[in-house]
Amino acid sequence: MGIAASIGTSIKRREDPRLITGQGTYVDDIKLSGMLHMAVLRSPYGHARINSINTEAAKKHPGVKAVYTAEDFSDIGTVAVAVPLGEIANGMGLHGPLAGGKVRFYGDPVAVVIAHDRYVARDARDLIEVDYEPLPAAIDIEEAMKPGAPLLYEEFGTNVAFGMHPPTDEIDKVFAQTLADGGIVVKQRIVNQRLAPNSMETRGVVADYNKSSKTLTVWASSQNPHILRNILAALIGHPQHQVHVIVPEVGGGFGSKIDIYPEEMIAAVAARKLGKPVKWIEDRSENIAVTVHGRDQVDYVEVAATREGKVTGMKVHGISDLGAYCQLFTDVIMIAFGFPVSCGAYDIKNIHLSADIVFTNKAPTDAYRGAGRPEATYITERAIDLVARELGKDPAEVRRLNFIQPNQFPYKSAAGAVYDTGNYEVALDRALSMAGYQSLRAEQAQKRAEGKLMGIGLSSYIEICGFGPKGSAPIGLYESARIRVEQSGTVMLYTGSSPHGQGEETTFAQIVADEFSISPDQVMVMHGDTDSTPEGRGTYGSRTTAVGGTAAYTAAVKLREKMKQIASHLLEASPSDVTLEDGKFSVAGSPQKSVSFADVAATANTSNTLHPSIEPGLETTVFWEPEACTFPFGTHISVVEIDKETGHVELTRMIAVDDCGRQINPMIVEGQVHGGLAQGIGQALIEGVIYGNDGQLLTATLMDYAMPLSSELPSFELDSTVTPTTVNPLGVKGVGEAGTIGSTPAVANAVIDALGVAHFDMPFTSERVWKAIHQK
Amino acid sequence: MFAYIIRKVGTILTMKREITVTVNGEQHHSQVEPRMLLVHYLREELDLTGTHIGCDTSQCGACVVHLNGEAVKSCTVLAVQADGCNVTTIEGMATEGNLHPLQEGFWEKHGLQCGFCTPGMIMASAQLLKNNPNPTEAEIRKALEGNICRCTGYQNIVRAVQFAAEQMRTSATEPVGAGE
Repeated sequence: MGIAASIGTSIKRREDPRLITGQGTYVDDIKLSGMLHMAVLRSPYGHARINSINTEAAKKHPGVKAVYTAEDFSDIGTVAVAVPLGEIANGMGLHGPLAGGKVRFYGDPVAVVIAHDRYVARDARDLIEVDYEPLPAAIDIEEAMKPGAPLLYEEFGTNVAFGMHPPTDEIDKVFAQTLADGGIVVKQRIVNQRLAPNSMETRGVVADYNKSSKTLTVWASSQNPHILRNILAALIGHPQHQVHVIVPEVGGGFGSKIDIYPEEMIAAVAARKLGKPVKWIEDRSENIAVTVHGRDQVDYVEVAATREGKVTGMKVHGISDLGAYCQLFTDVIMIAFGFPVSCGAYDIKNIHLSADIVFTNKAPTDAYRGAGRPEATYITERAIDLVARELGKDPAEVRRLNFIQPNQFPYKSAAGAVYDTGNYEVALDRALSMAGYQSLRAEQAQKRAEGKLMGIGLSSYIEICGFGPKGSAPIGLYESARIRVEQSGTVMLYTGSSPHGQGEETTFAQIVADEFSISPDQVMVMHGDTDSTPEGRGTYGSRTTAVGGTAAYTAAVKLREKMKQIASHLLEASPSDVTLEDGKFSVAGSPQKSVSFADVAATANTSNTLHPSIEPGLETTVFWEPEACTFPFGTHISVVEIDKETGHVELTRMIAVDDCGRQINPMIVEGQVHGGLAQGIGQALIEGVIYGNDGQLLTATLMDYAMPLSSELPSFELDSTVTPTTVNPLGVKGVGEAGTIGSTPAVANAVIDALGVAHFDMPFTSERVWKAIHQK
Repeated sequence: MFAYIIRKVGTILTMKREITVTVNGEQHHSQVEPRMLLVHYLREELDLTGTHIGCDTSQCGACVVHLNGEAVKSCTVLAVQADGCNVTTIEGMATEGNLHPLQEGFWEKHGLQCGFCTPGMIMASAQLLKNNPNPTEAEIRKALEGNICRCTGYQNIVRAVQFAAEQMRTSATEPVGAGE
């Protein structure tokens, strides 16, 4: 019986047995002897001056070990920023672990209490007295840009950290020519509201310091253990080799656990100061208040098109709301991750992109599932619908007319990105056929005649995955893999990637198993420990399979070639004649002459008579850095019905055809799409972080911040096309964010179609939709 | 004055009481503060960390356990309220090394990704199947609206519950000894 290829099969996840029985270990499940608990006192104001802090009563409270304020951390560095743009490079928006002098958003940490018990830590936190002098807050981003707005950083005289305003002469000519030729120009202001990532497990950290070895061990709920370790060591001034980061089970991240946060720095320093383990677990209200938010952009789009609907040019001015501080990628989300895909799936020859990035008295924004691409895609997909509406054309046909054609790849977009592969029309047609598009339109016409509101929305998105590429970021965005083939023939894979729900313990085993012609059960996948895994960049940006999977593949290929060498000596054949199939190395042409994978593994690891040219052992470490990014794509179609009396939007159908290249495990791919769709639909219909004008957070719990529930979503209708990428040998593109990127504009286009208006901003809550209907 | 009140109230809330709770069939006698939440009691006193805490306001359902056979959110129950009660947690769902059909279903149908909401989902689903062994998709979606999952979009959770319901119906109708 041969060993069937594992890639492409939906094997069940090996992660699951521990998780379905309650045996998984998340950060809060870690209990160390003598462990202390930390509680954080946070600003109740959006913007205020701190006149004084009195910690005396808290310090005297029984069970309290320490109370710290900003002055206790004056020697600790500021929260890391990857690419400081504009004034940020001059220090604007940088912050230490605790606020001193001023608080700049609701939840800004002011002091911490460390006590023997988490209840006691909270009791004592309530005893700290802070004298605040409230200040006017800059909340509305466009107001915050105006002269006279309250300033977060007075010394800079503005809230605008960076502006990018290239000359418009070229695009103006294109627009003028289009109009002269009888075409159209459509303009729209589009708001992409602020969201809370809300992973079900909040953030958390346990830090332990060993005085003898001077080793700091940090367990953290993180998406990137090595980056956390490297930055933490630098910020708190601890030798890098004496910082050990362990990322245990992580209950979701969605981008919010990429950042290195104040609490991780504080817990580490406190553990070192006190010589005791310190645990901090964020509660949900803290999570919504202080863990990075996503989106929050105001965009002005102008699009020019011919009478036929061919887009001739697009102008986008994006204003990105940074919140109060700059975190790791806060300032570059829109410009670096969104702008490059501004042309979407369309052959738009002329585009003009300008930007302002602005500080406001709100939580910092940063990567949230899609990070920049959802915002850019939303603009483009709304723009296409605006053109279709203006010209009275079918939005599906306007998309088709503008698609980049298969023979144009690799395609250099006017927005700068080079797309690897794509076949957009096939995905569109598949989605249209699944939807029964023509009959849906007929049904819609009939319902309209009956006075009912039904809408159909399309989105033919593209996205960028597989970051890299080489040379694009301040540090190399490679991934790594260390593989050891043990003497028994079982395999250990240590990956620098850090999966946290995406199932790579399973899919990476599939990749490696196929290269070794063994069963995935024989491959153990280890991750999340900086002492045992090679340096990696972490799991985000839908890059793990494309980059980390390729590193694992490359390491396996390298060892397989070495094993062929050893097998060739055992078989007395030339290495080039040796093949590996069905778990056996054999000589081409004489299959009876063979030696098993396990026997070669044993020989490599134990023999004392290996050929002098062969180093003993079977272990290798590979770093793989992509030369280019991948560009998944697809078409999503949403169908909605709106109750005129209540404004309630019911999403009746959600069709998604996605192309993420080759699929390692279709079951897991489908799961990623499902989850992404739910998050994208959540943004369109119900989600939103809301602040009062004074900077108060009005959505601080899950009672006020709406998350999609099971009863609010339909069963999704999925299919996929497969257009492998050419930028990695596996042909995989990435799928983690596609659902989120594609679905939001599809739902929005459906609601706007139902309402029969040019544009309406998200979220489409009953209240907002009811007002829109009844104010018409 | 504020500090004084806090301390006074604190003293009352921190005077320990004795409770006896049977968890997954094992009886425990413990001294707990009256303010201690059941979820903290299970996790921190009994080291049963399979029950998770996902919010502060009883929205997310990650902490669902069974109290005398009924699903409760253990972040909204005090440990002292469980005095004399039977509690079942996710750790008590697999018996004699066999996964519960719901656990099988979640594994089989890819009903989990990060796994954080999963214990609560399984415990809430068990309550549903107890009350309604043959639920429709809409009934499953309705029954689980007190449990939030950020990863799966719920579709495979629905499939997992349907799988378990089918398994449990089949085994309930099988004559004793069938399949041996």
